[in-house]
Amino acid sequence: MGAPLPAPAASRLFLSGNEAVARAVWETGCKVAAAYPGTPSTEILEELAHYPDLYAEWSVNEKVSLEVALGASMMGARAFCAMKHVGLNVASDALMTMTVTGTEGGLVIAVADDVGMSSSQNEQDSRFWGRFAHLPVLEPADAQEAYAMTKAAFELAERHRCPVILRLTTRICHVKGRVEVGERVAVEPAGFTKDPRRWVMVPGNAKPRLPLMFEREAALAAEAETSDLNPLFDGSDLSVGFVASGPAFMHVREAFPDAPLLKLGLSCPLPLHKIRALAGRVQHLVVVEETEPLVESELKAAGIPCHGKDILPRLGELAPDVLRPAVARLFGGAAPAPAHVPAQQVFPRPPTMCVACPHLGVYYTLSQMRNLIISGDIGCYTLGAGHPWNALDTCISMGASMGMALGMDKGRGAADANKKVVAVIGDSTFLHMGMQGLLDITYNRGNVTILLLDNRAVGMTGGQDNPGTGRDLHGEEAQRVDFAKLCEALGVKRERIRVVDPYQLPVLFKALREETKVEEPSVIITDRPCVLIDHYQPTKPYLVVDERCTGCGNCVDVGCPAIHVTRRETEVKPSGKEVELSFVRIETSACTGCGLCVQPCAPEAIVHADPVHPIQFLRKQ
Amino acid sequence: MTASNKTTNILVCGTGGQGVMTATEILAEAALSLGFDAKKTEVAGMSQRGGVVTSHLRFGERVLSPQIVPGEADLLVGFEAAEALRWVHMLRPGAVVLMNVGRLVPPVVNIGLFDYPEDPVAEIRALGLEVHAFDASALAQELGNIRLGNTVMLGAMADRLPFPAEVLREAVLARFASRKPQLVDVNRQAFELGRRAVAEEALAA
Repeated sequence: MGAPLPAPAASRLFLSGNEAVARAVWETGCKVAAAYPGTPSTEILEELAHYPDLYAEWSVNEKVSLEVALGASMMGARAFCAMKHVGLNVASDALMTMTVTGTEGGLVIAVADDVGMSSSQNEQDSRFWGRFAHLPVLEPADAQEAYAMTKAAFELAERHRCPVILRLTTRICHVKGRVEVGERVAVEPAGFTKDPRRWVMVPGNAKPRLPLMFEREAALAAEAETSDLNPLFDGSDLSVGFVASGPAFMHVREAFPDAPLLKLGLSCPLPLHKIRALAGRVQHLVVVEETEPLVESELKAAGIPCHGKDILPRLGELAPDVLRPAVARLFGGAAPAPAHVPAQQVFPRPPTMCVACPHLGVYYTLSQMRNLIISGDIGCYTLGAGHPWNALDTCISMGASMGMALGMDKGRGAADANKKVVAVIGDSTFLHMGMQGLLDITYNRGNVTILLLDNRAVGMTGGQDNPGTGRDLHGEEAQRVDFAKLCEALGVKRERIRVVDPYQLPVLFKALREETKVEEPSVIITDRPCVLIDHYQPTKPYLVVDERCTGCGNCVDVGCPAIHVTRRETEVKPSGKEVELSFVRIETSACTGCGLCVQPCAPEAIVHADPVHPIQFLRKQ
Repeated sequence: MTASNKTTNILVCGTGGQGVMTATEILAEAALSLGFDAKKTEVAGMSQRGGVVTSHLRFGERVLSPQIVPGEADLLVGFEAAEALRWVHMLRPGAVVLMNVGRLVPPVVNIGLFDYPEDPVAEIRALGLEVHAFDASALAQELGNIRLGNTVMLGAMADRLPFPAEVLREAVLARFASRKPQLVDVNRQAFELGRRAVAEEALAA
């Protein structure tokens, strides 16, 4: 990675929220930063890797990243970790105890909620964790605020000696705006102070600390009332006033520039007195928040009448075009909608696997097999649930494929007696949360075949490194885990672990058929790099010899986006059965020569573009 | 603030890998260089896997929300023909569409689940919009690299912005000058090809 030197102080940069957070983390003198990649939070650590004077790592999961940060904080160092919303669920076990111990060096947890679910398995509101853990939550509204609030978060964390949650959303992380940056301050860690009554959370030590947690919460609530993070924007139109946080603040300000608006930058604990005062001045108070009616519920519980999710959508993002009609309905009218061009019907363009993706062979093979129940997991390979493979039956959360497969095996009744349970998991996902599930499978004698798809990358988030790739966040050589040995250590018999090339379809098919017949845990590791990472070596492309193509469509079932159907015909067999024929061509400029489509092609119509058929090669160009 | 203020809303659309986000970034840099406030946001969660990419750019005196409200886009720049058609509802009446007629046919169409629109340009024109359509992919290919398509499209936009075309051209060239100086010349050509293509298309129409 070519590390650009940090821009000088007072530069006005055009930064995304993620870049702005990273810049601020560096400026505060933070010493340790850790994360597991997850959209939309990934770029924070990728960006931090470029900054000097700071240790930054990919951790194997979010709980570990938070533990790393806590360890650094105990040494008196400023520490940071980043994760996506579902990651905080994973980290929550550590979080719920470190709220009791408190922290020393400022510890900031950036949590990015995927509001609108662009690439997540659920939409959840991380602000609940602030309430649950009695911790402050800061909510920036754009990149400049993300920068400023990251700095404020470190200060707040040290003032109250507790972790601070910086709640981001997609429209912070991935929105670019102008950010004026400052200078880095060097902070020397104060050092570790032995204090078992504080750091050793056995019941006898933890109990006396609980009241301290509530004292801290009261102090934070008092601070929220007067904090600059919660400014009131006064307005001339008192028919409606707003309370808003995060990007919702910008949308309200845009849609209702004349309305009074209390911005919640420090949104947990709430500045209830300030909000009550605003409520008393306006005809209607409307809470605008993404995602859950959390502030709204707390206001109602405090006896402050307000509107919120009764007029606003419960799901997805809030934008000016959503707010205007909702508030107009409050006054019994309809907001004048801007005249716009009518929407047109266009085919969907769902995400697909890449040309030559090594997962294509795996899902093609699975789709050709009968009587499988396939337990899936999170990552690129979740796309195997789609066309043309339809070869995934479940997908819940990181690593869940393992435990669920065991449950499927143990829970099966007579109806599924002849079915084989297969679990599919990626390399990084396996290291993140899959290992424990595999141990459970071996320990409890599950009859499950595990396909461990090692493409040597966290593919879905852009090919980040992990202990399976042998490189660290900085791209430098690191200890590489041996998956076969790891699986053996977790209890899979050595002869039940196979490493296969997913581009060799017959080998893969044979391995799957044999291993699913064996009534004990088995692991098939498919070993080919992701085509988007730099170790991937494309070879000579293929093309289709038209005269030989019989239109069988077997190559189409592989699902490679480089294969195009040029012509369809319906053939009536002598038996009277109608067969759909698909004649194809290969987009030679896209083809990388993986050879997957060649293997199911019975008439041998797919050949190397060069030098076998130079004339056809030219014609296809 | 509504469409009545001077915020300019530009929606750039296409598919993953076409350079939509980079082009919008350069456009934003040009606006910023003139002292405008600007915000840029994408919907691109799955873009690396061939999905839809849209990039919103808003610039003006002060920009609050980063998202363009449907019906308030002033300019739609389509890097792919069907993608331009997909996003027309974001436009205000009387808005301008600049589009590449080059097609990227997705697997769902290749395997016969859906049809690709027969003539996206005609369909958009039928909605009463000012459309400038040309084959940016072919122009990029002529210059030797399909990846020049985004510079061709930037050239196409150059005379449709509330600031001089030269400001955008300088932003394009400055970017390459600092990162890949050997590509400055070919990008200058790509920019001018796109600019001329739209001018000629406008004359012919």
